[in-house]
Amino acid sequence: MDTSPDSCLDTRTDPGVLRETAREPSQALDPKSPVARFGADAPLPMDSGVMLAPFQIAYQTAGRLNADRSNAVLICHALTGDQHFAHTHPVTGKPGWWETLVGPGKPVDTDRFFVVCSNVIGSCMGSTGPASLNPETGRPYGLDFPLVTIRDMVRAQAMLLDHLGIGDLFLCIGGSMGGMQVLQWAALYPERVFAAMPIATGARHSAQNIAFHEVGRQAIMADPAWADGRYLEAGTRPAKGLGVARMGAHITYLSEAALHRKFGRRFQAGSAPTFSFNADFQIESYLRHQGLSFVERFDANAYLYLTRAMDYFDLAEDHGGVLANAFRGTKTRFCAMSFTSDWLFPTADSRAIVHALNAASAPVAFVEVESDKGHDAFLLDEPAMFSAAKGFIDAAARARGL
Amino acid sequence: MGDAGAPWDAAEALPRSGEVGGARVDHLVVLGLVQPGARVLDIGCGDGTLLALLRDRRGVDGRGIELSREGVNACLARGLSVIQGDADTDLANYPDGAFDVVVLSQTIQATRNPRIVLEHLLRIGRQVIISFPNFGHWRVRAELAFRGRMPVTAMLPEAWYETPNIHHCTIRDFVGLCRLVGAHIEKATALDARGHRMRFSMPWWVWNLIGAQGVFLLRRE
Repeated sequence: MDTSPDSCLDTRTDPGVLRETAREPSQALDPKSPVARFGADAPLPMDSGVMLAPFQIAYQTAGRLNADRSNAVLICHALTGDQHFAHTHPVTGKPGWWETLVGPGKPVDTDRFFVVCSNVIGSCMGSTGPASLNPETGRPYGLDFPLVTIRDMVRAQAMLLDHLGIGDLFLCIGGSMGGMQVLQWAALYPERVFAAMPIATGARHSAQNIAFHEVGRQAIMADPAWADGRYLEAGTRPAKGLGVARMGAHITYLSEAALHRKFGRRFQAGSAPTFSFNADFQIESYLRHQGLSFVERFDANAYLYLTRAMDYFDLAEDHGGVLANAFRGTKTRFCAMSFTSDWLFPTADSRAIVHALNAASAPVAFVEVESDKGHDAFLLDEPAMFSAAKGFIDAAARARGL
Repeated sequence: MGDAGAPWDAAEALPRSGEVGGARVDHLVVLGLVQPGARVLDIGCGDGTLLALLRDRRGVDGRGIELSREGVNACLARGLSVIQGDADTDLANYPDGAFDVVVLSQTIQATRNPRIVLEHLLRIGRQVIISFPNFGHWRVRAELAFRGRMPVTAMLPEAWYETPNIHHCTIRDFVGLCRLVGAHIEKATALDARGHRMRFSMPWWVWNLIGAQGVFLLRRE
C-alpha cells in the first residue's frame, strides 16, 4: 500500500522461504522525525475507554505556516504508511510515499501550504503503539496496548495540531485508511476542516475487506515466532507470518489487469517450470519480495492493531445508522475520488459517501479516475487524479483567500 | 399550451435576444427563471458554464452532475461542487425537495428512462427547468418525409448509429408526458435553431413545427 509496485520487477531475490530476522523496529522507539510528547496531564481519550498517557506522535512537515495560520494541510496515511510523505524513508531509503501529489508546484503545493503528516497512534514509526515501551512495565506493550480506532487516530492528530498551534485545516486529505481518517475528521471536527479529500476509501470496511484482514492477522498469529505478541522480548520476529499477511494484502491493492500487464504468466528465470515450489513465476517472486521488504520496516503487532481499526470503522453506525447524519450541517467542501479498477474500495463505496453528503446538503464533488492499477493507484502517477485534485484544491484555496 | 392549460410563452423574464454577455441563450433563459440565492442542481452540467453563470449572477448555491471526467475536472477548477455520475442512476439518491430548482438541459432525450428521470426531477426540485430538442421541428419532419432518412440537424448533429439521443420526442409528446406524471407546466417557450427565443405568440402546433427546442418550467402538481 505504500511501496510502489512498479519498483520491484527486477528483483532476483529468491528467498524460497521468508527468513526470520530479530532486528528491532528502531523507528518505533527513536524515530527520525520530530515527535510531540504528551504527558500525564494530556491523555488521549480512546474509544476503548482507556486514557492513554503518556503518548507521543511522530510527524513530518513541509512548507511554511502563514501568518494567519490558514494554510495548513493534514495528510492522513494509509494502513502501512507513515509520516514520511515527502521525506526519504529512514529504513528503506525510498523517497516520500506521496511525492507524486505533494511538493513544490504539485497539487498539494508545499510552496503555498504548510503540510503536516503524523504517524497514526497504534503504528510503529514513532507514534505510540504496541512496539512502544509500556511505562508501567518497562516492556513493549505488545497486546497490552489498547485497541485503536480511526477516531482515536483523529483525536491524536487534533492534539498534535493543537500542539503545533494550528486551529483549523485548509485541507484534510488521505487515501484508503487515510481517507477513513479524513471522513472521521469531517464528522468529528467539522469546524476545523475547510476542505476534505477522501480518496479510494469507504465510510465503512466491507465484510470482504474484514475477511482479507483476518487472513493476514491469522497468518501472523500462526507464526510461532509471534510468541503471543511478546516477540520483541523473546528476541524473535514473526517475519513469516507478517510476510504472508503482506503478500495476501498486496494482491488486494492491485488489479487483475495490472498483474497481467506486469507479470502475466512469465517465468522468473529461463522459460521452463522447475517442477518444484520455488518461485517459478514472476508474480510469486514479486509477492515474496513484497513480503520480505515489508517485514524489514513494519511491526507485526502494529499490523494487527491497524487492520482492526479499519475493520471497526463504520461511520454510519456511529451516527444512528444514517451516514448523512455524520455530516449534517457541515460547511466543509468535499471532493471524493475513486479508481475504476479498485476492488478493495470500489467506486460504489465512494458513491455511498457522496450520496450521504448530498443528503446532508454538503458541497461535494466526485471524480472516478480511469485506471487499471487497482487500489494503489492513489499512490502512483495518475495524471487524471492530479488534475482533478489540483482543480479542487486551487478553487478551495481561492475561496479561502490563499 | 392549449390543451395542457398552461400559459405558452408567458415568461416575461425571458431574454429576447441571443447576445447577452456572450452567454448561451438557453442558459440565459434558465438565468431568467432562477431566483437569487436559490439551491440549484444542474444535471448534465458539462464544463459548469451555466452553474458558474448562476453563481456569479444570481448567487445561487449550485450543484452539478456530469458524466464526463473532463467536464467534472473543468467544474472543479471553477470551484463548483459537481459529481461524476448520470441522470439515470444517481437521481434516486437525492432526498425529496433537496433543491429549489433542478435543471436538465438537452439531456432527457439521452436518458434510458425519461419518465423515471422526470419523476425524480419533480421529486427532488421544487421547480424543474427542462429543455430538449424538438423532434417535431419542420426540418426533422422534412428529412423523414421527403428524404426518408433519420434527420441530422443543428440540434441533432449525430447520425442515427452514433447519436446518444435514444428517446426523441416532440414538444407535444413532452406535454403528454408532463400530464402523465402529474407535472404542472408553469411556463414554456421554444427556441429557434440558433438558440434565439421565438418572438411571437402562436398556437401550440406552430411551436411544435418551428421550435428547434422546447424549454419548460415545471412544478409537481
